Amino acid sequence: MAKIDPADLPLEYIDPRGYKVERTKDDHMIISIGPHHPSTHGVLRLILELDGETVVDCVPEVGFLHTGIEKTAENLTWEQAITVIDRMDYLSPLSNNLAYVLGVEKLLGVEAPPRAVYARVLLAELQRMASHLAWVGTTGLDLGAQSMFFYAFDMREGILDIFEETTGARMNPSYIRVGGLAKDLPDHFVEIVRAYLDKFPKRLADLQAILNDNPIFLDRVRGVGKISAEKAIAYGLTGPNLRASGVAYDVRRAFPYLAYPELDFEVPVGSTGDVWDRYWVRMRELEESHKICRQVLERLPAGPWRIDDRKLVLPPKHEVREKMESLIHHFKLVSYGFDVPAGEVYVSIESPRGEIGYYIVSNGKNKPWRVRTRPPSFYNTFAIPEMIRGELVADMVAVVASVDPVFGEVDR
Amino acid sequence: MKPEELQPAIAGRFSNGVEPLETPFDIPQYRVDPEALLPLLEFLKASGFDMLLDVGGVDYYPRSPRFEVVYHLLDTKTRARVRLRCTPADDDPVVPTASHLWPSANPAEREVYDLFGVRFSGHPNLTRIMMPTDWAGHPLRKDYPLKGPREELEARYVAEKNRYHAPRLAEG
Repeated sequence: MAKIDPADLPLEYIDPRGYKVERTKDDHMIISIGPHHPSTHGVLRLILELDGETVVDCVPEVGFLHTGIEKTAENLTWEQAITVIDRMDYLSPLSNNLAYVLGVEKLLGVEAPPRAVYARVLLAELQRMASHLAWVGTTGLDLGAQSMFFYAFDMREGILDIFEETTGARMNPSYIRVGGLAKDLPDHFVEIVRAYLDKFPKRLADLQAILNDNPIFLDRVRGVGKISAEKAIAYGLTGPNLRASGVAYDVRRAFPYLAYPELDFEVPVGSTGDVWDRYWVRMRELEESHKICRQVLERLPAGPWRIDDRKLVLPPKHEVREKMESLIHHFKLVSYGFDVPAGEVYVSIESPRGEIGYYIVSNGKNKPWRVRTRPPSFYNTFAIPEMIRGELVADMVAVVASVDPVFGEVDR
Repeated sequence: MKPEELQPAIAGRFSNGVEPLETPFDIPQYRVDPEALLPLLEFLKASGFDMLLDVGGVDYYPRSPRFEVVYHLLDTKTRARVRLRCTPADDDPVVPTASHLWPSANPAEREVYDLFGVRFSGHPNLTRIMMPTDWAGHPLRKDYPLKGPREELEARYVAEKNRYHAPRLAEG
């Protein structure tokens, strides 16, 4: 029998025993990482093709956390849908709320009063800080800087405490509602936020002191996982990941919403698009968010925190006890909700992970006909292969961490 | 491409299959036939719309045409956005793929295929992305029950399952 050279065999063939044999090029190994690998920040499965220790190709597989949030939202009223949309991006629920609510308000043609507008900006920026802190903590953990995790999560805890005082919940607060906020900011709101912001720069400097000049960290992030500006745009990257590649696209500046046009902040932009740039951009964004929070605190106006439209927002509780009309309004809003004029709208904001957009279709009834999320993490996740081709397996951890995917949002 | 140049440019080049719609909220939108979609996308990409923001599906059941595949494009330099609403046929909906123009279309189209059952011709790996590969049906279609295919079955047996006391043998 003639000897068969394995290289002459086709890549996929049925052998004489009837087994299907799949080969890649010689000496390439296929390994599956995840969905339970700790460094994948959730349930991401990466199928890596390796040549020795070099990644030749990578296929991300998602969908393990698919919970049908968009389908569920279609079966809830406009207000109830806020609660499930919270749970998409569980590291920045208030940003999800905000984008969706801005879309519904646009369809309704209402605008929140100034106090609610500034409160929304402040909460969204605090949310960005909390999310970036969670990111920097877990990324430090992945790259061997364990103390980062404790420092950063302690700082994040301070923001979650503010949320708890304000909204009643640490996570998934559903606080931003159509027409304003769920309830007024607490009396001591300005004090607790100011107390936190006063401590923040010193503690952020501590964080940066751990990593910025750390040779081990620098070795693992500099020049790793590069993506060019053109590729980043083609892959639909947004947020810090896109800005790290040198594209100054920030929804807060490109399509200003809420009070952002009046606020003074910079959009940090990287140059090479490697892991270091993505780290640096997020660190700078923490500083900028801190700056925005300071400005908003100075300007936070008094006054109504939701619109005075009894067809859209619940009447004050004392009126429900005294007035028949208010009782009817209350009952109607709780049981039926409100109708939204037919039409479709796309509203996007800058979430910590990038441009989160909502394409909302209404058919004029009390439930959304379709709530399509433009999930930034989803597109960011599918750009991972472009970043890790040609890198080492060990760098895979750094790259996946640097992209900051949140799988509640990828899979929805 | 500047936002105000978009309308004359499209009207000059695409006469049939592309129809401008009213734009109530700042993003210009067009209804596009599947046959005219690919040339239009190629033209828009060549004229500066470098990012495919999103591909999503909408099911307008029981209206006909039932499906809509919605594209949002962005020009990162001039900050222009445009929305294309492609309406494939009701039974066996097929839309040409855009994944060779923008790699981000690849996963997004897989999602539309998975959840709506709209096929994308020419797509390199049109497989399910959210649901398990052996799943039957497309969950975001309006005629798909909220709790999935077992909804009717469960509704029938839930009373039996929740019964605490044994049923009475004879009434009266």
